[in-house]
Amino acid sequence: MGIFKQREREIFDLMASSSEVGGSSADYETMMSTSDVELLKRAWRNEKAAPEILQYEGALVERAKEQIELVEETIEDYVENGKDPLLVSLYQMDLDRTQFLLRSYLRVRLVKIEKFMFHNLKSEEAERRLSEQERVFATKCADDLVKHFEETVLLKLPENYQSVLKQSQISEVDDMVPQPHLDTFVVCRSNNFVSLNLYEEGESPETVEMERGDLYFIRYKIVKGAIESGQIDLI
Amino acid sequence: MAGQTDPHISLFSPQEVEFMAEDELVEIVPNMNMEQLNFISGDFGRFIPQIPTKVPLWLAVALKRRGKCSFRPPGWMSVDNLTQILEAERESQSTFQALPFSYVEIARLLFDHAHDDIPDKYMVRSLVEDIRDVRLHKLETNLGSFQGTSAVKISNVSAMEVNIVRPFVRRALEAFYKHDKPEADVDRDTRSSRQQREANNEPRRPLRQR
Repeated sequence: MGIFKQREREIFDLMASSSEVGGSSADYETMMSTSDVELLKRAWRNEKAAPEILQYEGALVERAKEQIELVEETIEDYVENGKDPLLVSLYQMDLDRTQFLLRSYLRVRLVKIEKFMFHNLKSEEAERRLSEQERVFATKCADDLVKHFEETVLLKLPENYQSVLKQSQISEVDDMVPQPHLDTFVVCRSNNFVSLNLYEEGESPETVEMERGDLYFIRYKIVKGAIESGQIDLI
Repeated sequence: MAGQTDPHISLFSPQEVEFMAEDELVEIVPNMNMEQLNFISGDFGRFIPQIPTKVPLWLAVALKRRGKCSFRPPGWMSVDNLTQILEAERESQSTFQALPFSYVEIARLLFDHAHDDIPDKYMVRSLVEDIRDVRLHKLETNLGSFQGTSAVKISNVSAMEVNIVRPFVRRALEAFYKHDKPEADVDRDTRSSRQQREANNEPRRPLRQR
């Protein structure tokens, strides 16, 4: 039998931190001993809450896919060998949960890609965050959309207004391209003590200091870097 | 379907919030023998009759529904503890008592599936509901007192509560922020808000009274 584990994992003691009175349920996110499912859950949560697309967790997705396939095979074996149906259904439940996380993660990203299609293809930073397949999808989608717009509307407009990206030739920037709203407020929780600059360069250098486990409503732009480095989670 | 909730209503659906809470570990007492479970999410077991063990909430509920175990209610769910918390909540107008982040979901699942394992279950249930009411009411009244800031600390608010107030607070804070930084942003906003962003300038409606 033996489900083969790809990574070292421990069972972290959620019970100790969450059933006692105390907001220390942030304890479980110690980088050393976090299971893939926890990482996937974190990636899914962050992706859902962030207004722009985040870095694609390629390695994590691959590992998750492998484990899912492994468990699917094991379940088939069990069913064939007439193993206790209770056991089978429990394994199936765990499988379903992991699959849900993976699928939802990928779907949230797809929604964002579609929403900000042109922006993602234009901005290098955003493009780097897509996976290979996502990039292919985005390009094809954008091409189709451009073609559709051109054929139905744009080519019938006067010449100055035919661009998909600009309102008219006079526009200096691509103002028909929706951009992610980075000033949106998000709820976040800090994993460590973090001190962040509240405003942009050159403005008043007010900072906010977050203790581990604090919850904050805060502008996404401020915490963007800390999320990427794993110091802060979105809730 | 691993679907998408409409982000304009709330970021996570209640089911998704519950899903996240279901990974919390709880203690159960199995009444049967079962080998260790090597899940993708971790290893749990072995299961030996009368020996308590910790498993994720979803697994515990599944086992309970099949009559394979009984629950050990978490320490914070005792009548004494909850009464204390309720009083403290009522006393302070602006701070929240420390409760487990997923206390709503945990309590709900236990009441639904394992109420016979909870001593004084009616008392406990009514206490939890009272605590929820007081906290939600506190949240609603406190929301009226924001000033424009870039960061608001909300300590000890639980997952469900965050999810409920999130859309409202987001729009409120965004409006504050927009009005605090008027000139530089006017141009940027008219160009970049192509998506359905409600440019809401009317006074906010208060949240529905429960």
